[in-house]
Amino acid sequence: MWQFFHKLGSPKWFFGISARLMPWLLAGGILLLMAGIVWGLAFAPKDYLQGNSYRIIFIHVPTAFLAQSVYVMMAVAAVVTLVWRMKLADVFVKSVAPVGLVLTFLSLFTGAVWGKPTWGTWWVWDARLTSMLILLFLYGGVIALDRAINDEKSAARAVSVLVLVGVVNIPIIQYSVEWWNTLHQPSTFKLTEKPSMPAEMWVPLLLSVLGLYLLFGWLACLRMQTEILLREQRTRWVKDYVLAGRG
Amino acid sequence: MNADCRPALTLRQDTVGALAAMQAVFARDMKVAFRQRQDLLNPLLFFVMVVTLFPLGVSPEVSFLREAGAGILWVAALLSVLLSLDHLFRHDFDDGTLEQLVLQPQPLFLLVLAKTAAHWVLTGLPLVVLTPVLGVMVHLDGNSIGVLCLTLLIGTPVLSLIGSIGAALTLGLRSAGVLLSLLIIPLYIPVLIFGTGTVASAAEGAPVGAYLALMGAFLVLALTLAPFASAAALRISLSNG
Repeated sequence: MWQFFHKLGSPKWFFGISARLMPWLLAGGILLLMAGIVWGLAFAPKDYLQGNSYRIIFIHVPTAFLAQSVYVMMAVAAVVTLVWRMKLADVFVKSVAPVGLVLTFLSLFTGAVWGKPTWGTWWVWDARLTSMLILLFLYGGVIALDRAINDEKSAARAVSVLVLVGVVNIPIIQYSVEWWNTLHQPSTFKLTEKPSMPAEMWVPLLLSVLGLYLLFGWLACLRMQTEILLREQRTRWVKDYVLAGRG
Repeated sequence: MNADCRPALTLRQDTVGALAAMQAVFARDMKVAFRQRQDLLNPLLFFVMVVTLFPLGVSPEVSFLREAGAGILWVAALLSVLLSLDHLFRHDFDDGTLEQLVLQPQPLFLLVLAKTAAHWVLTGLPLVVLTPVLGVMVHLDGNSIGVLCLTLLIGTPVLSLIGSIGAALTLGLRSAGVLLSLLIIPLYIPVLIFGTGTVASAAEGAPVGAYLALMGAFLVLALTLAPFASAAALRISLSNG
């Protein structure tokens, strides 16, 4: 266990293992996402109330789900950065923040597109929407702070502090739908209860959520590899790797 | 800046207790502020001017102002606290006082808490004192003004405390002011929502106890956690330079 932990700190080791992992993540991600989306968009039954317009859920929920969980992952990595000064953790935070920003934007955008036919408006100032917007700002702040500090190490630690301070927003987003009476419908998936929709609807949804997770894993690995190559460009193994012409 | 304005800080002995050190930091910050009175006045002027913009820019109608007044005052207070945050550590950072503070044997988060308290007494508290006057100008009724003052009294320390984290993180950076707003405004939004929500609820005659309790919870949370985060951020920013 501890040996694994120490290895995790080595960028070189991560580079090797992620290169082996990435094809699987990509293949699995594309497969699940395609299956989920095609099933959801073409074959799942219509909603009795919303008709076909509800089908955007198969894109909206995965992006919103991931937008939040990416922030939680960043927070965990931030703790690791601050406590153990692990290089990889801060590479992770830095590489993943823009992905999280895009995911949050996509979930807000698809939410707006879904809101128009169902609520009759693109945007309402409802608790869930507002707190997702705050999440978007938080991602923006993290990226801006990271860019503003030149020194790599202090940038990593400053960003970690900021990420941890911003974590208060996550439970607010998660429970906003239950705490306040809002337009937004309650979550589809809960850990303790059965989903509130029939299996033909939630199975493809689950597939696309898992698919997007895998795809995110692939993208995170790819971005982390790039960042590692940049940071370690003066080391021996990176020179060897580049001279060998990508492996 | 005139060097005479800024008395040196002497807490060097280990025998100085943490509380005495906090008092010394607080007293020094007060002294520095009162030797540069214009810096004290600026956030207040800004507060008044931003509030003035709304009746002129949107509508001077009594009905609109009564409806939006509490929100306008809250937003203006938030912005003027934001504006004053840049000063919180900047001068101390420039002349090296901050480095001395970090090197003190007393825990840094307590000293940061003292500095933040001084910042609140110098900016937040005057805003609260000024609020009844502006409240009358935006046609709020007496009850609403009272509740508004109460929410600002609980809310502005939260703004100072959260802001101290941002100020510490952006210390010594290029374009720190804009960056500070980017980092801090998202964190201010919940305080703003509950602050104005309290007044709106009071205007409808509903009980405000629950809202005030929630704001009190924010204050306790910020009071206990923010000084640690700002102290950590200060150490990072200083090692950066």
